[in-house]
Amino acid sequence: MQGSLSQDAVKIILVTAVLIWVMPLLIGTYTLTVLIVYGMLGLSLGLIWGFGGILCFGQAAFFGLGAYTYAIAAINLGESTVPMILAVLVPGLFAALLGAMMFYGRLNDVYLGVITLVVTLILFKFINSTAGPQYVIGTARLGGFNGIPGFQTLNVPGDPDAYIWGDSYFYVCAVLLGLVFFLVTALLRSSFGRIAVGIRENETRMSLMGYDVRARKTLLFATGAAIAGLAGALFANWAEIVTPNLFSLGQSAEIIIWCIVGGLGTRLGPVLGAAGLAYLKFLLGQQAVVDNTLITGLILVLFVLFLPKGVVPALADLWKVSFGRRPLGRIHQQRRMRNREHRNG
Amino acid sequence: MAELVLETQGLTMRFGGVVAANNVDFKLRARELRCLIGPNGAGKSTFFKCVTGLQTPTEGEVYMRGVETTHWMPHQIASLGVGIKTQTPNVMDSLSVFENIWLAARRFHEPQEANRKTQEIIERLALGAIARDDLGRLAHGERQRVELGLVAVGDPWLVLLDEPAAGMSAEDVERMTAIIHELNKTAAIIIVEHDMQFIRSIAEVVTVFHQGEVLMEDHVDRVMSDPMVRNVYLGKKA
Ligand SMILES: Nc1ncnc2c1ncn2[C@@H]1O[C@H](COP(=O)(O)OP(=O)(O)OP(=O)(O)O)[C@@H](O)[C@H]1O
Ligand SMILES: [Mg+2]
Repeated sequence: MQGSLSQDAVKIILVTAVLIWVMPLLIGTYTLTVLIVYGMLGLSLGLIWGFGGILCFGQAAFFGLGAYTYAIAAINLGESTVPMILAVLVPGLFAALLGAMMFYGRLNDVYLGVITLVVTLILFKFINSTAGPQYVIGTARLGGFNGIPGFQTLNVPGDPDAYIWGDSYFYVCAVLLGLVFFLVTALLRSSFGRIAVGIRENETRMSLMGYDVRARKTLLFATGAAIAGLAGALFANWAEIVTPNLFSLGQSAEIIIWCIVGGLGTRLGPVLGAAGLAYLKFLLGQQAVVDNTLITGLILVLFVLFLPKGVVPALADLWKVSFGRRPLGRIHQQRRMRNREHRNG
Repeated sequence: MAELVLETQGLTMRFGGVVAANNVDFKLRARELRCLIGPNGAGKSTFFKCVTGLQTPTEGEVYMRGVETTHWMPHQIASLGVGIKTQTPNVMDSLSVFENIWLAARRFHEPQEANRKTQEIIERLALGAIARDDLGRLAHGERQRVELGLVAVGDPWLVLLDEPAAGMSAEDVERMTAIIHELNKTAAIIIVEHDMQFIRSIAEVVTVFHQGEVLMEDHVDRVMSDPMVRNVYLGKKA
């Protein structure tokens, strides 16, 4: 990454501020809020997949876990601050355990995909089957396929009667996304982030240099899950109900598609991919002519075929070609000449 | 006599019916430079992988500076101060030369010191002109040199190089030789090689592998003129 972290901070604050101001002129804040939540969810997978090389087919599991943790804790506690914190910690710890099992067990990528997928399915099936009155945690009934409605939504910390809703809730979500985006940026700039990218590039080499790849992947995986958990809690507050559908495989697949379309290996790509495709889905949902999933599938196929790097990297390349500083100097000249020699010799 | 930095006792590695390494007893002392030679499939790389933790031997033990490391993982062995280069190029292709070496340096140093160390290695290995280039775009010889940089930046006391000169130009090999001599001032080194000229220019003691076993271990001149070695190795090769 170029520049310094404080420059990044300034950029993120400016962009967040402008978007908070401009976007509500175009789209209603209620819809915007859920787009922000999905953006955060996209970012969570974009972090572990794009920068850590961990393709998780069950990111929705952590999203759902965050939402349910929030709902259950909010019903029991009657306020929102501790539930919000728990909604980050519980998925994070769950992922740390699951990740440790997978990475210390030296499972390869395919098994990792299968296991995360199966865990999502199990959670989905389990939550769906908890309709009976015996499934309670504290005073919260799990409610099976009906989900959990009627929990305390976000309030000003320390004042359970001061609800944060409507436009205010939109501002909170937008600022939180900006904050998470900044934290991800800081993480990627840190040694931890650079080492994670090294591991993505070549695990064997990194372990031959003395890095414990298993521990680092576990930690990164848990970080991604914690972010997904926060997004889940924000979603729960927005929807004011949590249902097993949060854990669905369809949701997990969608997150993967957001990342591919937006651009892996970038921070912005998954956020924009998520918000853009979710908005498209919202627009399509208002008509009945074409099927929603069909369009999503079509978009995925078109991207894989024609823009496999995704929107953001493609735009960045275009920008570099049109306006960027030309790579000047000897080195590149030498490279060109050497390449020519290669071809000729 | 100098300290034993590496010792294997009865090291054996079987893949199904294939005995890739058979009862290998091997000793290496501090600051020694040893070459391993042997025909294709002799078990050199297998021996290497067992020593570096990339594979766990079926039988036998590995000791490094007196500590048993037989069942250790590669990162634990590397953390002791062992620099490793595998036979196939093993680098981070989409990262720059600087970033590659920095990651190796960061394992043993704080970020600022890692920056300094990286810069130092880049100068020592004459990589300055390509420091910002991605590894994937470099020529083979340059990549090999960077990989040697990854090994050197950790200030290792034991260096294991599997075919470092393979596919390199004469000029690159010469540069590689200088770097290896430099490393050898502080580290014991094992080099697996096929290039006889390179071995002659660099080695004193040579260990010959054949069908998983140590066939002979002696001074390079005596090894090269030994009829048995010529038969199994040079006869076929040269
Ligand atoms: N993972 C494996 N599974 C099965 N057999 C293997 C494996 N690795 C090596 N072998 C076999 O073990 C024997 C020794 O191979 P090794 O790679 O150690 O030879 P080498 O001396 O390094 O050869 P080269 O000079 O070609 O690199 C060969 O017969 C090889 O086919
Ligand atoms: Mg080999």
